[in-house]
Amino acid sequence: MTMHLLSGDRPRSVVLTVLLLAILAALALAPFLFPGVRSLETAARICIFIVLVASYDLLLGYTGIVSFAHTMFFGIGAYGVALGLTHMGSTPGAMLAGTLLGALAAAVLALAIGLFSLRVRAIFFAMITLAVASAVAVLVSQFSALTGGEDGLNYKIPRALTPAFRLGEVAGLKITGKVLNYYLVFFVSLALFLLLLRVVNSPFGRVLEAIRENEFRAEAIGYKVVWYRTIATCLSAAVAALAGSLFAIWLRYVGPDTTLSFEIMLDILLMVVIGGMGTMYGAVIGATIFVLAQNYLQALMGVAADATASLPLLPQLFDPDRWLLWLGLLFVLSVYFFPTGIVGRLRAGR
Amino acid sequence: MSDPVLSLRGVCTDIAQYHILQGVDLDVPRGGVTMLLGRNGVGKTTTLRTIIGHWQAREGTITFDGADITRLPVPARARAGIGFVPEDMGIFSDLTVEENMVLAAASGPLDPARRDWLFSVFPPLQTFWRSSAGTLSGGQKQMLSIARAMAEDRTLYLIDEPTKGLAPAIISTMAGALKELKAQGASILLVEQNFAVARALGDTVAIMDDGRIVWTGAMATLAGDAALQERLMGLSMEAH
Repeated sequence: MTMHLLSGDRPRSVVLTVLLLAILAALALAPFLFPGVRSLETAARICIFIVLVASYDLLLGYTGIVSFAHTMFFGIGAYGVALGLTHMGSTPGAMLAGTLLGALAAAVLALAIGLFSLRVRAIFFAMITLAVASAVAVLVSQFSALTGGEDGLNYKIPRALTPAFRLGEVAGLKITGKVLNYYLVFFVSLALFLLLLRVVNSPFGRVLEAIRENEFRAEAIGYKVVWYRTIATCLSAAVAALAGSLFAIWLRYVGPDTTLSFEIMLDILLMVVIGGMGTMYGAVIGATIFVLAQNYLQALMGVAADATASLPLLPQLFDPDRWLLWLGLLFVLSVYFFPTGIVGRLRAGR
Repeated sequence: MSDPVLSLRGVCTDIAQYHILQGVDLDVPRGGVTMLLGRNGVGKTTTLRTIIGHWQAREGTITFDGADITRLPVPARARAGIGFVPEDMGIFSDLTVEENMVLAAASGPLDPARRDWLFSVFPPLQTFWRSSAGTLSGGQKQMLSIARAMAEDRTLYLIDEPTKGLAPAIISTMAGALKELKAQGASILLVEQNFAVARALGDTVAIMDDGRIVWTGAMATLAGDAALQERLMGLSMEAH
């Protein structure tokens, strides 16, 4: 049963299996294990970024396509939900329609970009995606009548998903709409991750890997490389848009900085590389470490600075304001020591 | 020659600013092995890559099985029935041997009877069926590369230096596999530097020099004429 769910793709490392199970258990029981707004916020963000990073891994790790437009698709999904809920009312139907239309719009845009530019060399494709993503970000900022411009959009979600909604109490935890919202994010993220795992372990996924390794050889066997790449791009874009929709449902706000910024693109790249490209499970590890570091490193450094207050130099080094420096250092070291990512390293058994 | 499976007429191919093929005229007969021989750098590999479509011919026509394929994309040529084994083997090292073979059967599932036949021709493939192709030895990789081309019935096989850098025992396995393929009536265009293998397998020969075919004829004729070998290729087959 478990192997069927994982599409036969075993973690192939005891340590990795334990890590994945621990992350799954922590996320599944997050409202019970880590009560508090911030911890639930972190857990939801981890779920969403696992899907977003896994969808990018389908492109980069499995197909060898470098795209800088992934946050654009994420943003399209987020704005799809925001616009649906703003203009059609805060109903589940509007939320679903916004989600589906966002995913469809992302897939269509990916198809257009793919057909026009996947024939060119990889570096040109990367540049084209960068240009399109920048153009869309500018459009969203300028089209303020529809998108709210730089301020973004605030909207209401169905009441059953808001903190005001109360359902009762389970194991000492008040089940509010926020908890339901979290479980919506968790289960949809889990389903999307398993779907991606199914895709990469299907014959289609094997062709993508073949294309990544030796494009010409795959063509010489008879596979239409451009089509396979385009389908992978569309699928990846649609899943990224669905992750964006979850983000919008969770946050009840969308804006260019939270869904379309290039910083998110860099974060996704780092998460894929740290976790391990072309592994899918790397997305789980990479996203978890990265989001935890983003949310808690600063607080941890504050504790370290206080603990070393009587010593020379160290309090300055551990000053919470320097958290980005340490985050950067951590990533440089992780890439240096784990060139194949954490999952690659664990699977190699070294 | 009647009804060649492949014909090249006046094929010219440029790679960057270099004119590699300068009017290749070549007929590959249906059934049997045609050896494409010549010194290093005369355009043998470029000829094969132009036929499969990796390089586009600037001029000339390529006719395969009666159809003009000169402007067809690579996948269409493969699906038309041309199998290609490149010099660098081109195996997918991150995939298993099984996955490599399943992928090679692009038009449908890998036929179990054909798989078993390939196991009998290349026994290591069965041993390492579930192993990563990247962990195979050089000879085993070459076996996989050729077996992949043989995963489906092809009308024509283009094979580029299958014995290059291999141990004598593996060369013998390779030669045996190609003989089996030939016995099944396949048409093979083979680039080979090992003249013992070339002589053992070849039915007809085309010799290239400076991007053109300079001599065609029966292998027996070439093998029996040391002066001709010396004149066309600058060496004698007897010495190899």
